[in-house]
Amino acid sequence: MEQAERAGGIGIGAYIARHIREYGLLFALIAIMLFFQIVTGGVLLRPVNITNLFLQNSYIIIMALGMLLVIVGGNIDLSVGSVMGFIGALAAVMIVNWDLPVGVAMIGCLITGMAIGAVQGYFVAYWKIPSFIVTLAGMLVFRGLSLWLLAGQSIGPFPQSFQSLSTGFIPDLFGIGRPNGLALAVGVAAAVLLVWFGLRARAQNARYGIEDEPWGLFVFRNAIVAAALLFVTWKLAWFRGLPNVLLSMVVLTVIYVFVTERTTIGRRVYAVGGNAKAAKLSGIRTERLTFLTFVNMGLLAALAGLIFAARLNTATPKAGFAVELDVIAAVFIGGASMAGGSGKIVGAVVGAFIMGVMNNGMSILGIGIDYQQVIKGMVLLAAVFFDVYNKNKEA
Amino acid sequence: MTALLEMRNITKTFPGVKALDDVSISVREGEIHAICGENGAGKSTLMKVLSGVYPIGSYEGEIVYDGDTAEFRGIRDSEDRGIIIIHQELALVPLLSIAENIYLGNERASSGVIDWHETFQQTEGLLAKVGLREAPGTKVDSLGVGKQQLVEIAKALSKNVRLLILDEPTAALSESDSQALLDLLLELKGQGVTSIIISHKLNEVRRVADSVTVIRDGATISTLDARGGELTEDRIVRDMVGRDMAHRYPEREARAGEVIFELSDWNAWHPEHADRQVIEDVSMTVRAGEVVGIAGLMGSGRTELAMSIFGKSYGRNVSGEVRMHGKPVDVSTVDRAINAGLAYVTEDRKTLGLILEDTIRRNTVLANLDGVSARGVLDEKRETEVAETYRKALRIRTPSVFQKVMNLSGGNQQKVVLSKWLFTEPELLILDEPTRGIDVGAKYEIYSIINELSAAGKAVIMISSEMPELLGMCDRIYVMNEGRFVGELAAAEASQESIMSLIVRDKGE
Repeated sequence: MEQAERAGGIGIGAYIARHIREYGLLFALIAIMLFFQIVTGGVLLRPVNITNLFLQNSYIIIMALGMLLVIVGGNIDLSVGSVMGFIGALAAVMIVNWDLPVGVAMIGCLITGMAIGAVQGYFVAYWKIPSFIVTLAGMLVFRGLSLWLLAGQSIGPFPQSFQSLSTGFIPDLFGIGRPNGLALAVGVAAAVLLVWFGLRARAQNARYGIEDEPWGLFVFRNAIVAAALLFVTWKLAWFRGLPNVLLSMVVLTVIYVFVTERTTIGRRVYAVGGNAKAAKLSGIRTERLTFLTFVNMGLLAALAGLIFAARLNTATPKAGFAVELDVIAAVFIGGASMAGGSGKIVGAVVGAFIMGVMNNGMSILGIGIDYQQVIKGMVLLAAVFFDVYNKNKEA
Repeated sequence: MTALLEMRNITKTFPGVKALDDVSISVREGEIHAICGENGAGKSTLMKVLSGVYPIGSYEGEIVYDGDTAEFRGIRDSEDRGIIIIHQELALVPLLSIAENIYLGNERASSGVIDWHETFQQTEGLLAKVGLREAPGTKVDSLGVGKQQLVEIAKALSKNVRLLILDEPTAALSESDSQALLDLLLELKGQGVTSIIISHKLNEVRRVADSVTVIRDGATISTLDARGGELTEDRIVRDMVGRDMAHRYPEREARAGEVIFELSDWNAWHPEHADRQVIEDVSMTVRAGEVVGIAGLMGSGRTELAMSIFGKSYGRNVSGEVRMHGKPVDVSTVDRAINAGLAYVTEDRKTLGLILEDTIRRNTVLANLDGVSARGVLDEKRETEVAETYRKALRIRTPSVFQKVMNLSGGNQQKVVLSKWLFTEPELLILDEPTRGIDVGAKYEIYSIINELSAAGKAVIMISSEMPELLGMCDRIYVMNEGRFVGELAAAEASQESIMSLIVRDKGE
């Protein structure tokens, strides 16, 4: 009881110290953005570059959503880069070589992605073969199959309707053009919704006596996030408005946040990753859930493959090469645990943005790919070390 | 004969528990000395003190070995003096050969290069000594448990053993393997090896032991001379049990109603060794408001029985029928068993019962998420209310239901597990070792909860290694041994002696 009384009056410093991981991630993203904004002489946050940031990283973020579920469930998927490349190649063959309608080809590709996930998930879930091995095999198989499908050549270009999946922009419903009225309206609406949901959750927490972040910190954090939202949409409004990809990304992120935090199936995935035996003895069908996380991963990898191909306007044998590493790194930077059972969608998305901003910023600076890899590797290690260090201190 | 080993006034305390309280034991050179006692009496702790697992300074008392005071800082120290302990769970590396296992950590080598010729030759000699006719290069995993036991003994001999300690050596062995092992012990005795054997099988103790020390509740009760064949099993049993059990259990009234749960002709085989039948033709009934105990020694198949009933979570080729209220029900998966009204509180709450990293709230609703959701969407408000209700009802001591369960004490953790299962609204609760590892006060509270449940008309099956607990709580007790029910006792006729003698008589056959 003593602790409950103290919880009400906890100081901001103490609260941050206890939730250092969540705040650390947010501050790290902000610090990295500020750093590159300064050293690139303001290029990073120019409207065209912000637009590029979203376009360049959309496929990583989309796959990170699925990878988070796989990792929370206690597994890993190394095949996503290859699957993404394979689906891009498949789309090119279907649309460019076979002249299939874009819609039909896209649905066919998404179903193929789910089927690939289902096969891998089947071996992991029902035959208990370690996911590392199954998906390592998948990585090789689908890398090879995309080479075979493309016969080593690039296939393109795609029709305009397919390209718009990635490079299109949502038309300005208000007809202002520049600045884009829709982008501004969406930005304001998003900021308002964010604050409203935050306040509602706070009220609910207060009713149950759940320890919540101190009021000052709540205001500060929401102010920063809302300002960032407004800032980004303002910048986007001065270029070409909201990219289609941004819309799909945001919608997917919201759906996955909801699924992981508010639905029984999401809760069960966390339970399986947290303690598979206890989950099983609680009546949860652990095998089926593991299977489903892989089907879901396959679907998102396929979507990422389509978006990537549409952006490059061509399918190449090298598409998706080593992308799985960026996706996995994003999830771990975002705070998921290798052992499974913990990690958040928002964390994974922020992790992906951290990777994306670093990629982008270092490219603008003209830093060679060699140093880029070294730096990204060290950031990943530092993030996970920070996690483990905090956990040890807690214990 | 002089004493090879004397342990004098050994006292060993763990936080909150006195595991050994002034235990003394004296082992003569060249004898076989049996240590008997119930599960949890302190036998294993005593052996860990002796072998240096608990180093000098972590216990009180004195160990005199071979004439001088022994101060072991670790297993290495005791092994250097020829004290070798063979645990119940064998410590062999399955994918290495017999020879590699015997000399593991003690390789026949010069400057790190193994002399395979010498290794194999010496192994052959050791295997001949223990009567194991296998090639030294045979992989250990291709051997049966009995032969693996012999490899362990050969390994002990390779270290020039003087005092061999065997913890339940025949627990997993077949009758003929057990006989062979006991013969080997007698033979080693002839060669001057002193042995300490920990065993529940009193007929075997009588057969090989020269003296018997009985330990109960962490204290030496008696040392009996077993030579000459005058010592009876009843005498040993009497010393092993008999303890004051007044006021450790809340009063309960027996109010058995109609039959809720019926199990008939239940059979199950070992999941890996398909030819080993673990559960054999078990049938039982439990009435509303009744607490029915299952007594038996470790390894008798109690947990396996419960797990096989609960969604076939254990064993292969599980067969038999479960009826609730007279109607057959499907218990082939855990969720079906839950739907049929069954709940199983696991023996090991940390690895099988809880998600330690999660909060009390999330653990409480885990087995019945449908009860706090609509069309798959969780109602967090309802979740919190449910968790709060059980926190109050079961008196879980915690500031809030948003605490992680890993921060709770054992007793409170057990209450969270109980909450989880009560929220599934079961008609039959199977409680497997419900008070293991929790302190006396919390035990009493758990007992009170069990009584409240049965008063509310639930049927309860209680599995426990602590016989006084079963006697204090149950209306009826089934006695289990080697996968079968060997007797059924009403509360009035049940006593530790009557249970033990049912088990012992069965072992003797």
